Amino acid sequence: MKLRNKKATALAALAVSAALVLSACGGSSDSDGGGSGSGGGGGDLSVTFLPKNLGNPYFDTSDKGGAAAVKEFGGKFAEVGPQEATPDGQVSFINTAAQQGIGALVVSANDPKAIGDALNEARDAGTKVVTFDSDTDPEYRDLFINQASAEGIAKAQVDLIAEQIGDSGEIAILSAAANATNQNTWIDLMQKDVDANHPNIKIVETVYGDDDDQTSFDKTSALLNKYPDLKGIVSPTTVGIAAAARYVSTSDFKGKVKVTGLGTPNQMREYVEDGTVDAFALWNPEDLGYLAAFAAKALIDGDIKGDEGDTFTAGKLGDFTVGADSTVLLGDPFVFNKDNIGDFDF
Amino acid sequence: MTTTDTPRTQSARTYPSYAKSLWQRVLLTREFAVIALLLIVFFYSRNQIPNFDGPLTIYYLLLDVAPILLIALPMTLIIITGEIDLSVASTVGLSSVLVGDLHQGGMSIPMAALVAILVGVLCGAFNGFLIAYVGLPSLAVTIGTLALYRGLGVGILGTTAVTDFPEKWTDLAKDRIGDSSYPVIVIPILVLIIVFVLLLHFTPFGRGVFDIGLNDEAAHFSGVNVARTKFLLFVMAGAVSAFAGIYFTLRFGSARGDNATGMELQVIAAVLLGGVSIFGGRGALHGVLAGVLLIGVLQSALRLDDVSANVINIIIGLLLIASVMSTSFLSFVARTTAGMKRRATEGSPERQQASAHHEGNNS
Repeated sequence: MKLRNKKATALAALAVSAALVLSACGGSSDSDGGGSGSGGGGGDLSVTFLPKNLGNPYFDTSDKGGAAAVKEFGGKFAEVGPQEATPDGQVSFINTAAQQGIGALVVSANDPKAIGDALNEARDAGTKVVTFDSDTDPEYRDLFINQASAEGIAKAQVDLIAEQIGDSGEIAILSAAANATNQNTWIDLMQKDVDANHPNIKIVETVYGDDDDQTSFDKTSALLNKYPDLKGIVSPTTVGIAAAARYVSTSDFKGKVKVTGLGTPNQMREYVEDGTVDAFALWNPEDLGYLAAFAAKALIDGDIKGDEGDTFTAGKLGDFTVGADSTVLLGDPFVFNKDNIGDFDF
Repeated sequence: MTTTDTPRTQSARTYPSYAKSLWQRVLLTREFAVIALLLIVFFYSRNQIPNFDGPLTIYYLLLDVAPILLIALPMTLIIITGEIDLSVASTVGLSSVLVGDLHQGGMSIPMAALVAILVGVLCGAFNGFLIAYVGLPSLAVTIGTLALYRGLGVGILGTTAVTDFPEKWTDLAKDRIGDSSYPVIVIPILVLIIVFVLLLHFTPFGRGVFDIGLNDEAAHFSGVNVARTKFLLFVMAGAVSAFAGIYFTLRFGSARGDNATGMELQVIAAVLLGGVSIFGGRGALHGVLAGVLLIGVLQSALRLDDVSANVINIIIGLLLIASVMSTSFLSFVARTTAGMKRRATEGSPERQQASAHHEGNNS
């Protein structure tokens, strides 16, 4: 009597948990569908996107572009990723890609070196590796899709501010940290561009908001008090441009001082809509994902090997040529303004 | 129910744990339910999940679960005493940072690893001292040291990462034994498993661990050195976590302050899934090993199925809740059936056995 009960309860426990697990697995294999077919064997057009982390609007947008491209050329798209943007979190997913033997893995690297060995193991298993947004060291990938060149970023911002202030007057730059390498490179190039092509524009000062919202806000206020004739502020950092726009939008300078630079549509939307900001620049992550997916396809098909001078066609974006260090440049930065900002959510 | 468990009720005149034949005592337990579930999930995945039967699966799976498996060993003993150590993942992070920072400063990897393990021992000793000798609650102490050790780790390296490790050592962390699909990390793991199984299940020290979990005052009066036992367990947890940190660093070739963030919860989840009672006094290492592997197999299979990380976490969370609930559910069923039986066999000596049985076995 007693023994039978004991056995029954043990079995019941087993059945309850087994049912849970099996139904969980079963449920997910339903959604798998086409996956089982395309999982094995190289040469198939299965492309997996591995962003820095999931739930990040920027990568949601780039993956959307990737998914559209994969659908266009009839491959199988998957998006996987860790919840936290850490290299070790990405390694498990890279390993999984190696196990699946998928056609190509499109990665935004959380570390230029730490995920390298895992990527090379996947490449040994026949998977092509394309990095986008954030590169690894060149020996770990077949191709890097570069969102924008330093020259392109500098020129886009100078062109924007020149157009907005009528190509003449005083402007200032609100940067991130004083020792931020990429910021300093851009500012240097902007200065050269202004000197060479815009003789009536004068960059009066570069201030540093340390990519901190409050610091950037205070620096904007100080700039406007110090230079009453200031006509524009360029901030090549997403934190800075949003803080500057917020200050200007609530001050008397609204409409008189133009704010532009590099920003994201979600941060800048209200300032574009209320007229503080005419236009700002960034690359289009959707196009970036789209291009990365087509580059992956070209690698899988063997159309390109990632050597300098290789060319391939990326659907609606047209033809691209592989540059030095197996890098493909997306193109000039994308300009967001009142007319197109509604199309973006990142 | 293993032989190391002792019945809790004083009223029972018979010993329900020993009232059944050996195979029933060994096989009809939570531990074997987890092992059976592990086998079911494993073979289900082999048949149903594409590429799960590939040559890389076992290799990557073992590489992935290795740090959790390592830390689960001392964690099991700590939880059986009724304590908890939430600072293990921060110790992993600190050890990782130390290996990276000391190596960057010119120290060889073995020396840096040695220093990291010593610091791990110190971290564990600090926890153990506050808990065992000062008498503070382990939950509070280790929440504090969780922040403290993580803070030290992040403080040393800041937001930078050290990734420049010699290939000899990063390759060793990922090396296989011969041509098999077993990575070399399983060798130290097996050694530690044997050590901890012997320690917990076959020594007076291990019996003391269970006694402390059941009732630490009674354990004290029956000659168990409660403070020393707890202190040593936390030191072991610190040392093993530091070792796991070294492995983690070399496997990913990256020393960062935020390495292994949140791993303490994965370890504790696996330990509880393996049938260890969070209230202490109950548990066995074979169940914990199965619990760790079950989580590993599930993660691997679901990832191969392109299930996203948050859905995987949801499934593992539900599994843990179901497993914890099944204990309460079983004792409810046992209580109900015992009640029914009491009415049916009023006055028979089996009544006491039945009630003792649900308290002793299913708590």
